[in-house]
Amino acid sequence: MTTPMTEAVDTQALLARIAELEQRVAALEQSPAQSIEDRLAMVVFSGDLDKAIAAFIIATGAASMGLEVSMFFTFWGISAVKKQKVFSGKNLLEQGFTAMLPGKLGELGLSQMNFFGAGAQIIRSLMKKHDVASPEELFAMARELGVRMVVCDMSRELLGIKDEELVEGLETGGVATFLGDATRAKVTLFI
Amino acid sequence: MPHFDQTLDVKGAKCPMPLVKSRKAITELPVGKVLQVISTDRGSVADFQGWAKTAKNVELIAQETVQENGQELYVHYLRRTA
Repeated sequence: MTTPMTEAVDTQALLARIAELEQRVAALEQSPAQSIEDRLAMVVFSGDLDKAIAAFIIATGAASMGLEVSMFFTFWGISAVKKQKVFSGKNLLEQGFTAMLPGKLGELGLSQMNFFGAGAQIIRSLMKKHDVASPEELFAMARELGVRMVVCDMSRELLGIKDEELVEGLETGGVATFLGDATRAKVTLFI
Repeated sequence: MPHFDQTLDVKGAKCPMPLVKSRKAITELPVGKVLQVISTDRGSVADFQGWAKTAKNVELIAQETVQENGQELYVHYLRRTA
């Protein structure tokens, strides 16, 4: 038989226990490296169209499945998130890179059988024929689904890519930005 | 055929579009309601199983293949659980 007195004590003990648990939850949440989330972290290193298509399909698929998705564009992969070429204000070497590298997703070539861009056009027309979303549509879809897109600032600078050459609204980061997400991710990919 | 509350027609859409469109449709559906997805993409059969296995708010109730005008239709029934 419980008396009102012991009930009050029980309630107090419970409240103390809840407060303690809340503190532990808060502490766990502050060290995200230890907790695995429903997250996918991807490095897009390649500047090839076929690999960019794969990256965007995985990203949109994962986002649709309810995963948080982070894409890190580095080195040649930055070409996939460019919108134009800018030559002014660059030195000769940087201008050379700008001339040689694709100016946007639409100018990416295939990793195999590219034949100076003809291969890429064939793949694009095949995708259209088979009702597969275009690389541009997949990119737009990824953004709409809230995929986090980060451009590696070090390689951007190395290749002489200016901010105004990139698509608007991208984040800037470094290796720790990727690892910060990758350590909490269930899936990590290097494309 | 299980009971469903809404239908989504993704005939002709290829991977990953059936998934992308279904996700959008199911988030617009009230919790507990069932979405019927009609697809022509053969890969969607395994895709929806994978999605249901991963997602916390989706339950795959049933899948069936039906013939329509000589074309295979892959029909999925998904319940929003949260």
